[in-house]
Amino acid sequence: MDTTEPLSSEVKSADMTETNFLSKFRKSSEAQHGQQEMLETEKRNSEETAIEINDLNLWYGQFHALKGISLTIPSNSVYAFIGPSGCGKSTFLRTLNRMNDMITGCRIEGEIIINDENIYDKSVDVTDLRKRIGMVFQKANPFPMSIYDNVAYGPKIHGVPKKDLDGIVENALKSAALWDEVKDRLKESALSLSGGQQQRLCIARTLAVKPEIILFDEPCSALDPISTGRIEELITELKKDYTIIIVTHNMQQAARISDYTAFFLTGDLIEFGKTVQIFENPQNPKTEGYISGRFG
Amino acid sequence: MTKSRKVRDFKEKLMKSLFLIGGIGTILILLLICLFLFAEASGFFKTYSLIEFLIGTEWKPGARVEVFGLLPLFFGTAAVTAGAIILAVPIGILSAVYIAELASPKAAEILKPSVELLAGIPSVVLGFLGMVLLVPNIQRLFDLPTGQTALTGAIILAIMALPTIISVSEDAISSVPIALKNGSFALGADHWQTIYKVIIPAAFSGISASVILGMGRAIGETMAVMMVTGNMAIIPGTDVFLSSVRTITATIALEMGEVARGTEHYYALFAVGVVLFIMTLFINLVADAVKRRHKLEA
Repeated sequence: MDTTEPLSSEVKSADMTETNFLSKFRKSSEAQHGQQEMLETEKRNSEETAIEINDLNLWYGQFHALKGISLTIPSNSVYAFIGPSGCGKSTFLRTLNRMNDMITGCRIEGEIIINDENIYDKSVDVTDLRKRIGMVFQKANPFPMSIYDNVAYGPKIHGVPKKDLDGIVENALKSAALWDEVKDRLKESALSLSGGQQQRLCIARTLAVKPEIILFDEPCSALDPISTGRIEELITELKKDYTIIIVTHNMQQAARISDYTAFFLTGDLIEFGKTVQIFENPQNPKTEGYISGRFG
Repeated sequence: MTKSRKVRDFKEKLMKSLFLIGGIGTILILLLICLFLFAEASGFFKTYSLIEFLIGTEWKPGARVEVFGLLPLFFGTAAVTAGAIILAVPIGILSAVYIAELASPKAAEILKPSVELLAGIPSVVLGFLGMVLLVPNIQRLFDLPTGQTALTGAIILAIMALPTIISVSEDAISSVPIALKNGSFALGADHWQTIYKVIIPAAFSGISASVILGMGRAIGETMAVMMVTGNMAIIPGTDVFLSSVRTITATIALEMGEVARGTEHYYALFAVGVVLFIMTLFINLVADAVKRRHKLEA
């Protein structure tokens, strides 16, 4: 549950009026989503569905945290989940790789279909599922071992032979845009890296097990603006090869990097669709209220 | 300055000096003990060579020519302690991992107080149990002339070191951040891989500290060991664990009551005491250093 998450200070303190926020967004969206890119994204999206969620309900004990969520997530796109604290967006994200399994008193109904298979089916191997669906957490959580070992950890536990590890580590670090900064200090402790570097290391660690889908749970909330920018760039880059879902408190971030957006409120999925549409022409007054900063 | 303010300031000063006296008192007592111990021990080396004491292979205080060689006692202590650690460390770490990671809340609720209870059993009781239960069985099992062996002592000491090892390791394992566990699970690791490759390495310095502290407890223990090890002050042969040994602590406890004050034997026992003191001090310092490293990492 994310009831303890702090409200996004950026949204709160920016003190933006509706008009200036939207106009800012329009400008940035024009810059970011060039016509060509939009078309390409659409073409790819129409081809494949990565995840299909049907009538998903989740309870923590008596508390009904997710209420009848149905959503289709297209491949090779960035899908942003937004909403105020405690709305269930992080909980929903964690149902997708079954990280909620570890919480006692958590009960789930409904189905989540990935590769024609309901991931809550009894026959599903959870460790294999989590290998296919990577996750990057809110706070960078590198293991207290060397940079190299952090990245090699996943492949090693999945039985990749030792001789292949060097290549995998190098590729993962390159994909996470960290290679140039750490290539001469791979044996040093991962804890010696800066916060932003640690988060990119965690992304590299996730990439090293070659997932199909990567879940980002507010990956930038503990980072400074420059590090945030680098992670956002990286996410945009990664969507070529991966399906990406990101939970964020920062609406400008959702607007900048996502193709699709879903808005959650107190466990309900209020509205979802193309990010441009959600931000420029929301259908539900609650959505409009949230993105224009009237509450949240 | 008002009157009440003055009274308050005076009270403040008074309290401060009271606490200071308490603190200084403790340090003073420690210093006096050290001073006495070292002063009495130095008396021994006026008449006996330090080298002969340290590398002497015989301890014969009652003989016509008295010999005070440390080695038989040192090997006795080393054998019993090493045996205890070999037995206690695997059991202790497994229990700690079980309590911290695998046990249901209910099982942990029963296990943790049990471990504490184990720590509360007086050593003489354990020695007594060792005498009655272990000694005859070990004699029979290995077909020995006596069941009072280093192994018997090691088993009793292992039981005594276990609570320290379990509770300190369990603390270290429980304080590994949950974020690390989640990170490992999210990469598709199972629980065993997460414990083995992430949690135990992350808690490693805490676990090492627990082992060292357990060792300190084993080295200093006297009564239980004295009751089950046979107390033969000879350097054991190849079957170290199956021979009778005598530890440093047992030697002091056994001989101090009979020795005449001021004799060479009397001073020799103090010299032995200093050796024990230095060993435990060293172990505590190492445990401290390891624990500090653990804090820095966390």
